[in-house]
Amino acid sequence: MTDGPANDEQIQPQASADRSVAARQALMATMAAALYEELGAALASLGDVPAATDIRPAESGLVMLRGRAGGDGRAFNLGEATVTRAAVRLADGRTGFAYHLGRDSRKARVAAILDGLWQGPERPRVEKALAGLRERLAAAAETKARRVAATRVDFFTMVRGED
Amino acid sequence: MYVAVKGGEAAIDNAHALLAHERRGPADVPEIAPDQIEHQLSLAVDRVMAEGSLYDPALAALAIKQARGDLIEAIFLVRAFRTTLPRFGHSEPLDTARMAIERRISATYKDLPGGQVLGPTFDYTHRLIDFMLAAGVTPPEPAEAEPECGAVPRVTDLLDGEQLIEAETPRDGEPVGDLTRAPLDFPADRDLRLQALARGDEGFLLALGYSTQRGYGRTHPFVGEIRFGEVMAEFVPEELGFAVPLGPVALTECQMVNQFHGNAEQPPQFTRGYGLVFGQSERKAMSMSLVDRALRTREFGEDVVAPAQDEEFVLSHCDNVQATGFVEHLKLPHYVDFQAELGLVRQMRAEHEAARETLREAAE
Repeated sequence: MTDGPANDEQIQPQASADRSVAARQALMATMAAALYEELGAALASLGDVPAATDIRPAESGLVMLRGRAGGDGRAFNLGEATVTRAAVRLADGRTGFAYHLGRDSRKARVAAILDGLWQGPERPRVEKALAGLRERLAAAAETKARRVAATRVDFFTMVRGED
Repeated sequence: MYVAVKGGEAAIDNAHALLAHERRGPADVPEIAPDQIEHQLSLAVDRVMAEGSLYDPALAALAIKQARGDLIEAIFLVRAFRTTLPRFGHSEPLDTARMAIERRISATYKDLPGGQVLGPTFDYTHRLIDFMLAAGVTPPEPAEAEPECGAVPRVTDLLDGEQLIEAETPRDGEPVGDLTRAPLDFPADRDLRLQALARGDEGFLLALGYSTQRGYGRTHPFVGEIRFGEVMAEFVPEELGFAVPLGPVALTECQMVNQFHGNAEQPPQFTRGYGLVFGQSERKAMSMSLVDRALRTREFGEDVVAPAQDEEFVLSHCDNVQATGFVEHLKLPHYVDFQAELGLVRQMRAEHEAARETLREAAE
């Protein structure tokens, strides 16, 4: 949760549309892991889309990351992370948001626009435009997992006697 | 008499220009780029993030370049940078059970659900200098194998199932202390202690952890589990009302299993020490978990007999930015203070001489 009151009156709480929240979180996770160039190319590939204006210009700040004692116990403040956020309104009134680790304000703004577009009729086109990015991320994760798996330890129990 | 001292501006400017020149080094050696530091000196970057208490690999790499590789100076730079940014809020607690495992070992169970994977480790290397690295050899492609799908439960959860180890309780209704917002007060609760240890100096915590092993507050520790990998950080913005994934954060976690505690109601159980650190740093995570357990001495009704168990001592001295600030301030001008000391020692010597003179006269 945020520490203080929202600093912009225009940002209204959105009734989070439950079942699509998981899909939107997946979209946001993909964009958080992307490069600015990839998101910029995805947005450009959509062609004609509603124009976006800033509700809140992209800005960098901090989020205090919390852990839990023992992994599942009492929460504690582990340390902060730089986070960049952006909020846009599309010409038809839809809003889009982005919160990403790091300090790339261009990337956050493009991600916020794509988030706004994804919530309307452009969703299939946004999904299609990000398909290549999703594939790249999935392939990178797969390669990493396969390399880690090759370092799995197989223990042999040494048995004495029995010729 | 107070004497204001001015001067040295030109010397300071020139010293900083000379520093920049020395930082660059010989012009015929290619300049190092922050992304080379970020990806090729990544464990130094991890240390700066952990003790700088700010997760931002690119920023930490730049700080290391600026600090000429002086990691405490880089940590100082990162700490200063964070004061320039507003805080949006705090994350949901990171769920290390959902870590994308890159390394996971246990010293307590040979076979455990999820298995043991070594990942990229210095363990079992011979610690011989590899002159091939100086020659710039491209390493071979890493081997690959089919990943095992399935959960990788924490080792402590396995013990917890039999109640052989003390259970942790989330206590989510309670406020979480933050030593960056309010000064540390003693006694400090475990949330504040863990925050201080997470950003504490690796060398200091290593030495304290070592001291507990050598008998200064022995806790009979076993590494239940160490895991390293990425965990998705999540934040709930007010305007959205659901957890937004911010991106993956690399973490090292150490679950230290220590000898028993019990009382009239509670049969003996293993006790826990916990370490969680940004990036890949097993030494830090292990040291943190040893010191965390040592600092729980009072909780278990044991006597505080060793430095590692003394929370005021540990928490007041584990921050290397504070420590370096106070130690290094000694080199700044103390001319007036020293004049006073000079006057004092001269007066004491005169009195000493006068007293001896009186004694000599009395003896004659």
